[in-house]
Amino acid sequence: MLTDTVTGRTPAPARLGALWARPGLRLALLAVVALTLVAVYFFTDVPGSLAFAVKIRSLTVLAMLLVATAVGVSTVVFHTITQNRILTPSIMGFDAFYVLVSTVIVFFLGSASFLGADPLTLWLVQVVVMVAFSVFLFTWLFGGKRRSIHLMLLVGIVLGTFFRSFTEWMQRMLDPLDFQVLSDAMFASLTRPDETLLLLTGAVVLLACAAVPPLLRILDVLTLGEPAAVGLGVNHRRTLLMLFTIVSVMIAASTALVGPILFFGLIVANLAYSYAGTFRHVWTLPTAVLIGVICLLGGQIVLEQVFNLGGSLSMVIEFAGGLFFLYLVLRKGAR
Amino acid sequence: MIVLDGVSKRYNGHTVLDEVSIAFGAEGVTALIGPNGAGKSTLFGVVGRLIRPEAGRVAVDGSDVATARSSDLAKTLAVLRQDNHIAARLTVHDLVEFGRFPHSKGRLTVTDRDHVDRAIEYLALDDFRNRFLDELSGGQRQRAFIAMVLAQDTKYILLDEPLNNLDLRHMTEIMKLLRRMADELGKRVIVVLHDINFAATYSDRIVAMRDGRVVADAGAAEIMRPEVLEAVYDTKVDVRQIDGRPVALYYS
Repeated sequence: MLTDTVTGRTPAPARLGALWARPGLRLALLAVVALTLVAVYFFTDVPGSLAFAVKIRSLTVLAMLLVATAVGVSTVVFHTITQNRILTPSIMGFDAFYVLVSTVIVFFLGSASFLGADPLTLWLVQVVVMVAFSVFLFTWLFGGKRRSIHLMLLVGIVLGTFFRSFTEWMQRMLDPLDFQVLSDAMFASLTRPDETLLLLTGAVVLLACAAVPPLLRILDVLTLGEPAAVGLGVNHRRTLLMLFTIVSVMIAASTALVGPILFFGLIVANLAYSYAGTFRHVWTLPTAVLIGVICLLGGQIVLEQVFNLGGSLSMVIEFAGGLFFLYLVLRKGAR
Repeated sequence: MIVLDGVSKRYNGHTVLDEVSIAFGAEGVTALIGPNGAGKSTLFGVVGRLIRPEAGRVAVDGSDVATARSSDLAKTLAVLRQDNHIAARLTVHDLVEFGRFPHSKGRLTVTDRDHVDRAIEYLALDDFRNRFLDELSGGQRQRAFIAMVLAQDTKYILLDEPLNNLDLRHMTEIMKLLRRMADELGKRVIVVLHDINFAATYSDRIVAMRDGRVVADAGAAEIMRPEVLEAVYDTKVDVRQIDGRPVALYYS
C-alpha cells in the first residue's frame, strides 16, 4: 500500500481505494441505492391514499425483487456452470418453451380459456412443464455416458429454435383475436401482478435461494472448470444436477409470473462481475440481484416520471440488453 | 502407489488405452513419454477420475478410484491438466487458495493459509501474489498453477505437459522445480513430457507409451537408445553421449 513517508499515514485517496476494494462495502452501497429507489417509488406522485399506493406499489416492487433474484442468481450460476459469460439460461430454449406451452393452450382451448383460466393453474402447469423439460434435458444429455455440457447447450439451442418455429406455425393458424391475446400475454409485464401468484413465486424462489448458500464455495471452485474442480474433490455431476435444478426452478417460476425476459440476466450478471471486483459467489450473487432490482425499479421510475409511460419496461430492458449483448460479443471478438 | 490393472478405454471403437497394467508413483520423478495420441492424457484422466474406463481398475494407495470418495482422493492425488482456461479473473493468491479446497472446503484455517504462503514462496511468486492470472507471462502462469497443486499437499502430483508453450529458460526452470519438489518435499511427481531430453535429464524413471500400451518402462539409460526411441516415436532418432549424458537428436 502507498504510505506517506513524512507522516507515516496512508493518504486519503489510498485509504478510500482500500475501502472501495472491499466487496462488502460495494454491496452495502448498492443496497442503499436500491432502498432509496424503493422509497422514491413508494412516495412520489401519490394521487390519493398513501397506504393504498404503497400497498399496490409494494406488489410491483416484490415482483421486481423476485424477478431480479431469479434472473440474477440463475444467470450467474449458469455462467459458472458453463464457463461462459455471454450465455443466459434462455439459450436452453426456456423462453421459447414457455411461449410454446402458452400457444398450445390457446391453440387447443382458445384465448377465452387462457384469459378465463385460473391463473394459479396456468402458472403451475407452466412451471411444472418447464422444470420437467429442463431436468429431462439435463439427465438425458449430462447424466448419461457422454457428460458434455456443450452438447447439452447445443441441443438446447436446437430445441429452442424448433419450439420457436413450431410456435410460429401454430400462431399462424390462430384466430386473430386469440393471437392478439396471446402476443399481449407474451410480453413480460412487471406491474400489477396477481397477488396469489406473487406469493407462490416468492415461496418457490426463496426455496431455491435457500439451496444456494451451502453451494457457494463449490461454485467458486467450479469457476476453475470441470477438470480442476474434479481434481479438487468436487462431485461434479451431482453438484451440477443440483445447480441446474435450482436454475430451472428459478427461471420457470419467474417466467411464469411475468413472462420471458431474454437479455436482462446478461446485463445484470456482467455488470455484477465488474462491479463486485471478485469472482467469489458470496459477493457476485447478491450484487447481481441488487443490480437487477436497481435496473428494474430505476427503469420503471424513469419511464413513469420522465416519459410518462407505464408497462413497457420489459421492452426497454430487452432493447438495452440486446445492445449490451452485441457489445460483449464484439469486445470478445476484438481481443 | 498408483496401480492400473487392465485398464481399457475406447472412443467410438478407437482404442485409446489397451489393457494397461502398470504401477507408478514411487519416490522421485516419473516421466511419461510417447507420441501424440498414445493415450498419455487419457491415462491421467482415468487416474484423475475424469474419465471412466470401460475395463480394469485404478487404485491409489489401495483405494479404488471408482468407488473412493472424490474428496478423499483429492487429498492424496493432485492433477494439473494441460489447458487451464478460466473464465473469471483470479489473482495468483486466489488460485493457490483453491488448492486447499479438499482440506478446508473453502473455509481457510491458519494451517491452510500457511500452506498457501509456503507454496507461493516455493514457486517464487511472492511479487505476483496479487496479480491477475491474465497479467502474467506463460512461465509465471504455469508456476501459479503448480503452486496451487503444491498447496493441495498431496503425496502424488500428476502434471500433463507442464512445459507446453514455454521457452527454454522456463522449461528448465519448471523441470528443476519438479525435481526439487521430489527431492526436498518427498513429492511423487508423474509428468507427461514431449521433450525426451528433459525426461532423460530430470526423471528417475521413464514410461513410454504408444497406441494405448506401455511399450517401455525403465531408467533413462535404457530408454535413451535409438532403437527404443524409434520404436516409440516411429521416427529416426540418434542418441549421442555428451558429457556422460545421453542426448537424443531428432532434428533432421
